[in-house]
Amino acid sequence: MRQRRPGSRHTGGVLTDRPPIDYAVKESQAKNGVLQVDDLKVHFPIKEGLRRKVVGNVYAVDGVSFHVGHSETLGLVGESGCGKSTTARAIIRLVNPTDGRILFLDQDITELDRKSLRPVRKDLQIVFQDPYASLNPRMTVREIVAEPLKIHGLYDNGGSDRVAELLRLVQLSPEHGNRFPHEFSGGQRQRIGVARALALNPRMLLLDEPVSALDVSIQAQVINLLMEIQEELELSYLFIAHDLSVVRHISHRLGVMYLGHIVEMGARDEIFENPTHPYTQALLSAVPVPEPRGRRDRQRIVLQGDVPNPADPPSGCVFRTRCWKAQDICAVETPPLVEQFGHLVACHFAAPLEIGIAASASA
Amino acid sequence: MTDQQVRADEALETDATRAALESVHLEGLEVKSLTQWQLARRKFFQHRLAMTALVILTFIFLAALFAEFVAPYPYDAPNVPDRSLPPTLEGFHIFGTDKIGRDYFSRTLYGTRTSLYVAFIVAGVSTVVGIIVGGIAGYYGGKVDNILMRVTDLFLTLPFLAILLVLSSFLGAGNPIRVAFILAFLLWTSLARIVRGEFLSLREKEFVEAAKVLGASDNRIIFRHILPNIAGPIIVNATLVVATAILIEAALSFLGFGIQPPFPALGKLISDGQDALTTQWWLATFPGLTIVLIALCINFIGDGLRDALDPKQRIK
Amino acid sequence: MTEPVLAIRDLVVEFDTPDGVVHAVDGVSYEVYEGETLGVVGESGSGKSVTVMSALGLIQMPPGRIVRGEAVYKGRNIIGLPIDELRKIRNKEIAMIFQDPMTSLNPVYTVGDQIAEALHAHDEKLSDNEGRAKTISLLELVGVPNPNRRFDQYPHEYSGGMRQRAMIAMAMANKPSVLIADEPTTALDVTIQAQVLEVMKVAAEETGAATIMITHDLGVVAEMADRIAVMYGGKVVETGTVEEIYHSPRHPYTLGLMMSLPRITGEMKRLLPIPGNPPSLINRPPGCSFHPRCRMSEGRELCRTVVPELISGSETHPSACHFRDEVADEVLREAAATGIAAHGGRID
Repeated sequence: MRQRRPGSRHTGGVLTDRPPIDYAVKESQAKNGVLQVDDLKVHFPIKEGLRRKVVGNVYAVDGVSFHVGHSETLGLVGESGCGKSTTARAIIRLVNPTDGRILFLDQDITELDRKSLRPVRKDLQIVFQDPYASLNPRMTVREIVAEPLKIHGLYDNGGSDRVAELLRLVQLSPEHGNRFPHEFSGGQRQRIGVARALALNPRMLLLDEPVSALDVSIQAQVINLLMEIQEELELSYLFIAHDLSVVRHISHRLGVMYLGHIVEMGARDEIFENPTHPYTQALLSAVPVPEPRGRRDRQRIVLQGDVPNPADPPSGCVFRTRCWKAQDICAVETPPLVEQFGHLVACHFAAPLEIGIAASASA
Repeated sequence: MTDQQVRADEALETDATRAALESVHLEGLEVKSLTQWQLARRKFFQHRLAMTALVILTFIFLAALFAEFVAPYPYDAPNVPDRSLPPTLEGFHIFGTDKIGRDYFSRTLYGTRTSLYVAFIVAGVSTVVGIIVGGIAGYYGGKVDNILMRVTDLFLTLPFLAILLVLSSFLGAGNPIRVAFILAFLLWTSLARIVRGEFLSLREKEFVEAAKVLGASDNRIIFRHILPNIAGPIIVNATLVVATAILIEAALSFLGFGIQPPFPALGKLISDGQDALTTQWWLATFPGLTIVLIALCINFIGDGLRDALDPKQRIK
Repeated sequence: MTEPVLAIRDLVVEFDTPDGVVHAVDGVSYEVYEGETLGVVGESGSGKSVTVMSALGLIQMPPGRIVRGEAVYKGRNIIGLPIDELRKIRNKEIAMIFQDPMTSLNPVYTVGDQIAEALHAHDEKLSDNEGRAKTISLLELVGVPNPNRRFDQYPHEYSGGMRQRAMIAMAMANKPSVLIADEPTTALDVTIQAQVLEVMKVAAEETGAATIMITHDLGVVAEMADRIAVMYGGKVVETGTVEEIYHSPRHPYTLGLMMSLPRITGEMKRLLPIPGNPPSLINRPPGCSFHPRCRMSEGRELCRTVVPELISGSETHPSACHFRDEVADEVLREAAATGIAAHGGRID
């Protein structure tokens, strides 16, 4: 990983041609975002025995807060079990939050019942990970893309034109509408999923690992498509992924999750170039880079051990069991997600990487 | 090389081959590949036993359907001069006659019609009930599922014959439709189990979740998304129920329960001919063979359907 | 000039399916030498896995069919050998590590027992105690914590990363001459992947084996490989050292891959995806199988009609492209479009 001077702030102008977005405003203050999540918790009870007694909980999401602004992409990264997918599913109410608040377009949707949620569905949609399972194999492409319109009674007036328009938007030909999903490749199916999600003109899309199941050469196509659509339609994205390179390319801001908590969050280039949370640092250093020379001068932080069981998370800071900086306080006091070094970090000992620390930290 | 290692290797080979074929098929070949139904149809047509059985059964079915035209004689037409004839071409008594001269080919044909009639009603009603019970249990889960499954278990433990007898005497025995309904209410359980299992697994599929997120009602999800995707196992199971129903109906009418005269019944024909097995063997044999043949055909067709619709065997 | 430990020579493998004949492997040749790691890179349908599986007799024939070709292991062609001989070679001399270790680890035996058995099969004079001790030291070598306790545990008690390590230990137990890893870390989290890759490097060093690393992940292969073979549509389209492939690709597909990869360093301003979809292996495009998606083949008759051979001027860096000499210019053009730095036909 290339080293940057600690504290330097790259807000995007140099390295991409996207207009730099100024996030001088503190995370917790921006209230006019499209989506605002406050202290979201999703706990799954573990039931045992004949009477299905609750013996414990899986703390899948344990106090997560963030917001997503207009026409921006918030990336949510983390490894398996960190709770990023569950967060998305809770927002879209496929799973019910145990605690916390979800504000979408200034409306509290945390506890809305199914009927009241229906109008919200028009503005908030989701694209799933698996292109092979997310489309009904018995419906034609046209039926799949038209379904949202039919459900909300919007199909009668020019619905089939809209379907054709949507297919063209995702770079598929309207003639493809008569075919079935299995006749398409993974990348094309994913586009169909995107077309379906866009049918009702939503303001925001949740994208749950939308390119993870695709081949490398196809991933780039879909990533470009998503970025173009975002610009054209001024959409907000919550982009969930485990692939950090993809997240770097598409996000404006990102949050790093570990075992149900956000450990670091801020502007994209900030996080990538100036990570201050030990987990973020380890994560970034673990990503193999398609760069042979990089082998020699990379500082690799190799974490010990495995991710703890989310049904039995460590006390205090959940990362402490694998952290080389862990001290007594880490077991006692959960570090809050507060502003340090120009972005939000949840660590008692957050610090930018210095050459030398990483070397001594590697196992 | 230990046995364990050899077995492990063989498993590896199977997995490797399957994985190789899947990876080829996953990447949408620019070939217009077939839908599952088309593929199933093709596979079914290749299944020789099933196709033969289908042809035979269709033949029997049509003959029974048009019994009035095919049968040379009515069901119950004594014709004393021609009594006790072994199978002969004279007078078209190809299955022989009984001791009062009734033509057994015609009797068998009419009896077959009743059997098929009952069997299809049983299959239809039990499928509907099974889908409703299994579907509700599988889709809603939780307490509803628990209750419905206990009800199902209850039905499974019922003493079949006893209930049938009791119900028969109450509801007016003998009428094929009544018998069919009673049988249906005792045979729906296996289908309910299967449907429930399918609902449970499909409920979690992403395309169902996508429908929920789009705001689809439960109705829409059940009828447009889940049911069309479980037609395969339902069909296979329904054919098995048909076969079972035929055999049970025959057994019942053989014992003197279930369908009673004047309604024609193959089992009754067999029991009538039971005493004369050595002297007039044709009386019991032909109806018996017919039952066996029909049951076998349905089973083979069921096999063919199962192979054709098996999703794991998508790749030959 | 040393001999390769394992050489695949002009291998052609087909499958019979209801939709037609699948040309999964179409004349693939590459070698791997002692002590080196060869990375075989490709996407789905490239034939990278089927190649080694067929060479090792892991594909059932039917529906598979080896049309021609050899897999020469230590001078001897192993294709066509009787199955029990192949199995012996597979377990003792050519070790394989798969993506999903659950299928290769028997769930009813403890992990320790399985590794010890592999050791024992290799050296029958090994006593039980010695076997246990050696196994524990192997487990330690691959970084399984508490190896004493872990010896007696079953595969399902291991996490994904640990299972892969156990697989590596088992592979090492046999002191193989060739180690073949097929997407070994694809199912693992990034931090676990880093651990496992470290272990694999150790394993390769300890055994001195010739390693073939099959993956679609260009990052992983840059970490692990000395040389690389790039596969597309059942063929090898380019081979070279890691340096050559990443910095001076000479095939439009390789270049296309490089230009469609987002980088964690954020160097790519724009992604330049390879247009189109992977080719059908049943109805293959005529001529060069990449030409329908190739920016350089615009209107060029040759690409549409003649299949390019894997040869070039320089010995070590062959490329199967009719216009391999023009790729250097294309490198510059595409690098400019994506914002990545490049000079003189080389990506920096």
